[in-house]
Amino acid sequence: MTYSILTLFDIILVLTLLWLGWQLLSSEDIFKAVILFISFGLLMALAWVRMRAPDVALAEAALGAGLTGPLFLSALRRMNRTRKGERRLDSDENREGDEGKSSEQSQAL
Amino acid sequence: MLFLFLVFCLTVALGTILCSSSGSISGLASAVARLQEQSGVESPVTAVLLNFRGYDTLLEVMVLLLAVISVWSLTKAPVSRQKAEISPVQMGVVRLLAPVMCLVAAYLVWQGSHLAGGAFQGGAILGAAGVLLLVSELDWIRTVPAFAIRIGLILGPVVFTGTALGCLFYSGELLAYPEGMAGWLILLIETACALSIGLTLALLFGGGRPEDDVPEGDIP
Repeated sequence: MTYSILTLFDIILVLTLLWLGWQLLSSEDIFKAVILFISFGLLMALAWVRMRAPDVALAEAALGAGLTGPLFLSALRRMNRTRKGERRLDSDENREGDEGKSSEQSQAL
Repeated sequence: MLFLFLVFCLTVALGTILCSSSGSISGLASAVARLQEQSGVESPVTAVLLNFRGYDTLLEVMVLLLAVISVWSLTKAPVSRQKAEISPVQMGVVRLLAPVMCLVAAYLVWQGSHLAGGAFQGGAILGAAGVLLLVSELDWIRTVPAFAIRIGLILGPVVFTGTALGCLFYSGELLAYPEGMAGWLILLIETACALSIGLTLALLFGGGRPEDDVPEGDIP
């Protein structure tokens, strides 16, 4: 086994991934956790490239970071709109659809 | 504490497996390499996904379709009441990025036959482009008829299933492509699936069926 500058890169990559994973799991702020998750996904894609799996890397970068992240963010926005008092991303925005939905839910209840 | 303990156990287990099986990993790589010539594509990953184990991919595409159906049956997509003002910077980014993303998606599908890439990767890029358009709340997005969206959604599954059934009639086996036509059929399936997957992912982000879908009274 030959050691090169890439070995050092791999070690740093693995340590960063572990640190990011720990940070995002232990984060109190959900918004911060989502952002950390996106960065985790991007670094994970890099790790897949290092493991010579470019197919998985492409899927990870596009799905893990590019789509799941925005999905989490929009879910967070909806959550915050129904449960006020916590961190809001768009305090000045009101949407018909959600109000209609919540009234439907209250009728159902 | 329990969490840390479980992580520790998992690490030890993975380490043990890694140490015990080093050197003896052969897998199916040699079998795939042997049949690579007949698969119609040069990339081993694509060959496995769409030729040797095409059945799995067919079911995966169906799962994605099911996901959209479930989301649509739950709720309508939220629509903003007041017209959102799009900043020129954001508009510029959309104008610049959306065409490039479509191009990259098409390229990924095309190069799937000989390099890394394929329907899922291309579809994911298309989906990301769709998310970009949805986030920007462009006017014409909301005027796309639900019927056209439905057609786009089932395009991939229908083409895939159609090809599978065609192969069944032609060669007596599901997804056993006829000699010499495998490459083109795979490209056809991948293109259709990439479009549907992209649409699926963007619609999952949209979070509900469009406004002009089936009227409220028709849904019990």
